[in-house]
Amino acid sequence: MAKTKLAKSPWMLHYDGSSCNGCDIEVLACTTPRYDIERFGIINTGDPFQADILLITGGVNFQSESVIKQIYTQMPDPKVVVAVGICACTGGVFKDCYNIKGGIDTVIPVDVYVPGCAARPQAIIDGVVKALEILQQKREAYAAHRRQGKA
Amino acid sequence: MQAIGVILYLVLAPVVGALLDGIDRKVSARMQGRQGPPLLQPFYDLGKLFTKQMLAVNSVQMLLNLSYLIFLAVAGSLLFAGEDLLMSLFMLSTADMFLVMGASSDSSPFSTLGAGREMIQIMAYEPMTLLLAVGFYLATGSFQAGDIVSQPVSAVVTMPGFLLGLLFIMNIKLRKSPFDLSTSHHAHQEIVKGLTTEMAGPTLAVMSIAEYYEMTMMLGLVGLFFVNSSPVSWPLAVLACLAAFFLETLWDNASARVKWRTVLDGCWVVTLLTGGLNGLILMLVR
Amino acid sequence: MEVIPVLIAWPALAAVLLALVRQPKARGIVVYAAAAGMMLLALALLGSWLSGGGQAMLLAPESVYTEYADLAMLVGEFVLMALIVALSIRHRKYPVILLSVGQTLLVAWSEISLPVEKTTHMRVDGLAMLLCLIAAFVGGFICIYAVGYMKAYHEHHTEYTDRSSFFFSMLFLFLAAMFGLVLSENLVWMYFFWEVTSVVSFLLIGYTRTEEAVNNSFRALWMNLLGGCGFAVAIVYMAATQGRVELTAVVSSGAAVPVALLAFAALTKSAQLPFSSWLLGAMVAPTPSSALLHSATMVKAGVYLLIRLSPALAGTAGGVMVSFIGGFTFLAASMMAIAQNDGKKVLAFSTISNLGLIVACAGIGEEETVWAAVLLMIFHSVAKSMLFQAVGAIENSLGTRDIEAMHGLLLRLPTLSYIMGIGIAGMYLAPFGMLISKWVALKSFVDAGNFLLVVFLAYGSATTMLYWTKWLSKLVSLHHTKEPVTDKTHRDQYLSMFVHAGATLCLCLLFPLVSARVVDPIVRTLFGSAHEVLSMNVLTTMVIMLVSVLFVPTLMFVLTRATHRDYVPIYMGGANVGDNTYFVNSYGEPEHLYLSNWYLRFEFGMRRLMRPAVIVSAGVIVVMLCMIIGGAV
Repeated sequence: MAKTKLAKSPWMLHYDGSSCNGCDIEVLACTTPRYDIERFGIINTGDPFQADILLITGGVNFQSESVIKQIYTQMPDPKVVVAVGICACTGGVFKDCYNIKGGIDTVIPVDVYVPGCAARPQAIIDGVVKALEILQQKREAYAAHRRQGKA
Repeated sequence: MQAIGVILYLVLAPVVGALLDGIDRKVSARMQGRQGPPLLQPFYDLGKLFTKQMLAVNSVQMLLNLSYLIFLAVAGSLLFAGEDLLMSLFMLSTADMFLVMGASSDSSPFSTLGAGREMIQIMAYEPMTLLLAVGFYLATGSFQAGDIVSQPVSAVVTMPGFLLGLLFIMNIKLRKSPFDLSTSHHAHQEIVKGLTTEMAGPTLAVMSIAEYYEMTMMLGLVGLFFVNSSPVSWPLAVLACLAAFFLETLWDNASARVKWRTVLDGCWVVTLLTGGLNGLILMLVR
Repeated sequence: MEVIPVLIAWPALAAVLLALVRQPKARGIVVYAAAAGMMLLALALLGSWLSGGGQAMLLAPESVYTEYADLAMLVGEFVLMALIVALSIRHRKYPVILLSVGQTLLVAWSEISLPVEKTTHMRVDGLAMLLCLIAAFVGGFICIYAVGYMKAYHEHHTEYTDRSSFFFSMLFLFLAAMFGLVLSENLVWMYFFWEVTSVVSFLLIGYTRTEEAVNNSFRALWMNLLGGCGFAVAIVYMAATQGRVELTAVVSSGAAVPVALLAFAALTKSAQLPFSSWLLGAMVAPTPSSALLHSATMVKAGVYLLIRLSPALAGTAGGVMVSFIGGFTFLAASMMAIAQNDGKKVLAFSTISNLGLIVACAGIGEEETVWAAVLLMIFHSVAKSMLFQAVGAIENSLGTRDIEAMHGLLLRLPTLSYIMGIGIAGMYLAPFGMLISKWVALKSFVDAGNFLLVVFLAYGSATTMLYWTKWLSKLVSLHHTKEPVTDKTHRDQYLSMFVHAGATLCLCLLFPLVSARVVDPIVRTLFGSAHEVLSMNVLTTMVIMLVSVLFVPTLMFVLTRATHRDYVPIYMGGANVGDNTYFVNSYGEPEHLYLSNWYLRFEFGMRRLMRPAVIVSAGVIVVMLCMIIGGAV
């Protein structure tokens, strides 16, 4: 089964770039008993040092740019980035605003795009589970890299 | 016999601790109407943490965390080897010092705040641990855990107050609501992850294993109340420990985090009312 | 044993010489020579005492010489009285005159008109020898430290007139008095030296001559003189009722009144509540005097007297009073220490608190507790004087002794930080001696059936833990600050501090030896018997702890040094400006990160706790003394 190969303990950091809070509410909805993402072993941690998945809602503005870059560097490898909501994917309706730089991929590499306005909890969970597969690949690549480095 | 106790503790304590943590997460989830993570989730977490990149903010963090781990292991070993209870508890607070120093060395706003709160927590629970040792000495005439467990009657008969007090402060040691000021297992708290904010990957794994040692040691203390010279008491003690652990989980889910004042006042007053009164009675009837 | 008069006279001579030498370099040489001579003399005394069998020896039987000494001391007492009267008039502190004149006349009257049995005047035994060695070595090194310290002090504080000659002179005069005090058997002699230490302390506290210093010095003076009054009345009482004025006579007679009065004097000297405020005020004095008088030696004179009295205190009302005051002070002072951010204030409170524990142990007066008391005394003298010296050196370099300013000191003044770290660890962490003494104290309080003291100790160690840990964590914060700091510590200071640090570690390593060779014989002399306080079992545990504490971090250091790490900035919500020192504030400007400790001022502040603590302790002392004296009449 593919599921057993998935990363079993993905911890998640949620960052709000410049979202209207619509997607944020949906992200939090994922932790409620109805959706219960903890059944995948996912913990919504608030700390980049302990996170594997960086989940970003909203587009990037000029103030949040440096912050996103910094917290991304503070996450230990292997790590994946999930852009949640259309604003995070492309900038959405705010794309042409004077303060918006665009989607998350204008600042850091994004692995999974979850469109929607606001993205539905099911879609978010689906995106995160997709991200787990990528995370697993990255983990294997990282382990191989480490073995080579040590050998 | 001593060596067996120590080896069993050193080998099994992290496993037991992680398993209990898994049970705790499952039971908590069920209490909240969720399915919850798999039972072995803590093992997956540990496995993952060890494969992560070694990020650090300074060079001493890992050293201090490892020292924390070793001191907890020594403190627990002293208890499970049947050695001096008071020494074991002194060692426990020495271990905590290393955790506090580890967090302070990071010197970030969140870890410093967590370290400060951890110190308040240590101050809150420490009188009870010392009185607890005194209570066992009064009840059984010895500070040696080995002598305490070979009494004809379980200690809980003469010192129920101490057991209550221990259950109260154990909440701090298990890092559960309402006393999880310095760090918590839950996200979205005001101080990020408190003490552990700058701990990544293997460093955090070391910290978690240390917590499992500590958890097992605390339950060992609960067990000390129930074990006596008859072999029947051992399974009974295990059941009592599980019951105590369940009560802590229940309390965790039924309450919100409180302010440090409440922690300090609550623990000190409860210590005085339970351990203090019980100890006074023991001393008077002695 | 002819070395004793030389041992007392040598520092006294040095004091006279130092008062005359004005040239700093020459003064340094004299101090080194005097300190070295003092240590050699103390060793010579130790040698001759050990070669005599290491037993308690009574010396200086009644002779022409002791008559002269008696006379000289009588004159000396009047000189001290005249000095106090003159200074009190100058500073308009008239009530002090009453205390001083009253007790001096009382003792003089007793000496002239009350006939006492003429016996010996001095006594050398394990306890006296221990105190002599502490005074000679800890005191000697503090004087050496002071050579460098006073230079830096006057560079830093240009507003005060440089009276270093006077300062050194007083330090050595004090040491002479301290030797006399611990070696005296005759209470009248002891009283004289007791008064000398009070007056020297008073003069040193007033060193800077600021208004605060003068006020604090007078507070110290009247409190110590009050204790002196108790001492004087005890002498008169003994002379009038028993016709003997030896300390051993007091102990063996077990007379409640003089024992209680002497204990009262000792409580004031050891700055127990309600008399703690004088020691806090004494922190205005330059640090070497705080290290020497107010932590390592003079305040130990109080507990020394209590330990001597402890067989007579055991199980009496006086003992209850002393142990309650001690235990209460231990708790109250450690609580108030939490709210202090002045390094020396914390040390002062911690000194009061630790002395409280020793006093409580002495008040119980069982073999075990006295064992713990003696051990505590040894460890405390060394570790605390080192801490004072380190704080003094840090103050000279940083320009402040605020603990808040010591954030990240490990990166700025590494050597001093390590010294402080050793001292702090020695004060409360396993397996250093303070902890093992606490362990024994706890056990013996239970055995003595004193549950109140058990509770005091349980809560007091928790509060003690807090104020030391938060200081320690301040030191180890690896935080880079922008202000450069240069280490202005002189070589003399480092010499002394290294010796103290080495001694602290050695005491920890050689702990079983200290227990068997030093502490057990002292207890045996006091009680006539001593059984093993520490079982083999406990010692094994100690070894395990020692190994783990000393070797685990070292091992971990070696292990983790090789691991590869990727360094990233600390977490500040992603708002760091480049490094760990600045973050972007809400105006978009860079702001310096400032992290403060917890002080819990509203809960544990002096303003909240001092008054109730003083009222409770004063009430207990007054009631108990009335009961004891009333019971005797």
